[in-house]
Amino acid sequence: MMNNVAVEVRDLVVRRGRARAVDGLTCSIPRGEVTGLLGPSGCGKSTLMRSVVGVQVVTSGTVEVLGLPAGDRRLRDRVGYVTQAPSVYDDLTVVENLRFFARVLGVADEEAERCLVAVDLAGARDQMVGRLSGGQRSRASLAVALLGRPELLVLDEPTVGLDPVLRRDLWAMFHALADGGTSVLVSSHVMDEAERCDRLLLMRDGRLLAADAPHRLLERTGTADVESAFLAIVEHAAEVPA
Amino acid sequence: MTPRTTLAVAARVLTQLRRDHRTLAMLLVLPCVVLALLWWMFEADTRLAGGFDALGPPLLALIPFIVMFLVTSVTTLRERSSGTLERLLAMPTGKGDVLVGYALAFGLVAAVQSALAVLLCTTALGLDVAGPVWMLVVVAVADAVLGSVLGLFVSAFARTEFQAVQFMPALVVPQILLCGLFLPREAMPGVLEAVADVLPLSFAVDAMTSVSTTTGAAFGSVDGSVWGDLLVVAGFAVAGLVLGAATLRRRTP
Repeated sequence: MMNNVAVEVRDLVVRRGRARAVDGLTCSIPRGEVTGLLGPSGCGKSTLMRSVVGVQVVTSGTVEVLGLPAGDRRLRDRVGYVTQAPSVYDDLTVVENLRFFARVLGVADEEAERCLVAVDLAGARDQMVGRLSGGQRSRASLAVALLGRPELLVLDEPTVGLDPVLRRDLWAMFHALADGGTSVLVSSHVMDEAERCDRLLLMRDGRLLAADAPHRLLERTGTADVESAFLAIVEHAAEVPA
Repeated sequence: MTPRTTLAVAARVLTQLRRDHRTLAMLLVLPCVVLALLWWMFEADTRLAGGFDALGPPLLALIPFIVMFLVTSVTTLRERSSGTLERLLAMPTGKGDVLVGYALAFGLVAAVQSALAVLLCTTALGLDVAGPVWMLVVVAVADAVLGSVLGLFVSAFARTEFQAVQFMPALVVPQILLCGLFLPREAMPGVLEAVADVLPLSFAVDAMTSVSTTTGAAFGSVDGSVWGDLLVVAGFAVAGLVLGAATLRRRTP
C-alpha cells in the first residue's frame, strides 16, 4: 500500500483567518499517475497543495508525502512545486533563472537546458522573464519545478491562459512524466481539463466531493461530462445531508 | 546552509543588480555627488562646524548605511512577495544561504561604493585622514552590512514597497539625528545621550571619525577603540541576521 501512495492526507484542517480553507479533508494521491484537483476558485485547492508541499501552517490533521511528513527536509529536492503566480525572477533571463535554481538544487547546468526544452522555451532562453508573455512566464516557472526530476510534482493551475496546442503538449508531458514514475498533482478550475487526468479529486468549500477516475465518475453520476457530474454530486449532497 | 547555495544567491543578486543600470549608477555615483556637495558648502569658510574634515567622515559612515538599508529592504520585500522566497525555502536552501548570500552581495557593492567615495574625498576633495585610507573602506563596509541586515529584518514587517520605505524615517533618521553629526552626543540631554550612545550608527560614526582623526598602535595603525566600535557594529549585524532568520518562515499561514 505504502509504495503505491505518493501523498496521504488525513483529516486535514487549515484555518486561514476565520474561514476554514480546508475543512477535514482525507484523500490519497497514487504514485505514477496524473491526479487532477478540480473545483471552483476559492474552494481550497491551493491551500491543500501548499499543505502537501509543506509551506502551509496547518491547523490539524496529517499530510504524508513519499512516506515522510510533508515539508520534511529530506523532501526538499524530491518535490517540485509551481505556485499560481510564476515564482521566477523578472530581471533575469529564462536560462539564468533555471541555472540559479539548478545550483540551489545541486544539479548540473545541462539539466537547466533539458527543462527549458521540456516546456518549449528554448527559443526564449536568453529573454528577460519580465518581458515574456504570461503563458511563457508560467512555463518558465514550471521548468524550474522540473529541475532534478522530482518524484512528486505539485502544479497549481499550470495551464491557465495557455494556447490550446501548448496545453495539449503540457498534458502529454505530464503523462509522459507519470509513465516514467513521477506522481503529478495538477489543479485546475477548468472542468474540461478533468478528462485528461488519470484520477480526479473534486473539491468544494474546503471539502472533498469525490475521488475517482473520470470515466467512473461519469458512470456513477450518469452524466456526459465532468461539469455535469460535479453539479450532480453537489445537488445530491444538498438533498441527502450526510 | 552550503557554500554552493550561498554563493549562488550572492551571484544571482549581483546579476540582478548589474541589469538594473539606473540603480547601479545611483548606488555608485550618488554618494560621490553628495560628498562633493558637502565639500562645496564649506568652500567659502572651512572653519564653520569643523568644515569638511569634520563632517566628511561621519557622512562616509552614514551613506552606505542608508543606501544599503533602502536597497535591501525593497529587494527582499520583492523576493518575499513574488513567491521566489517561498520557492527557495521549499528547496534545499538554508535560511542562512539567503541571508548571508544577500549580505555578501550587498557587502561587495558597498565596498566598491565606499572605495569610490573614499577615493574622491582623499584626492579631489582633499580630506585629511590621519589613519590609513583602506581602514575607512573597512568601516564603511561594516556600516553597509549593518544597513543591509536591518533592511532585511524590517522587510518582514512591510507588505508593500511603499511601507518598506517608510521604515527609513522610523529607524534610520533618529539614528542620524542622534549619532553626533548635528550635536556632540555629550551635549545632549542625559536620557538622549544614553540612548544615542548605544545606537548602532553611533558606533559606526565613532569608528569612522577615529580613523580619520587619530592614529594608534592597534592593527591597521588605528586607535584600539576603532576595532572596539567595529566589533559592536558587527555584533549588531549578527544580532540582526539572527532576528532576520526568524522572519524567514518555511511555513506561512
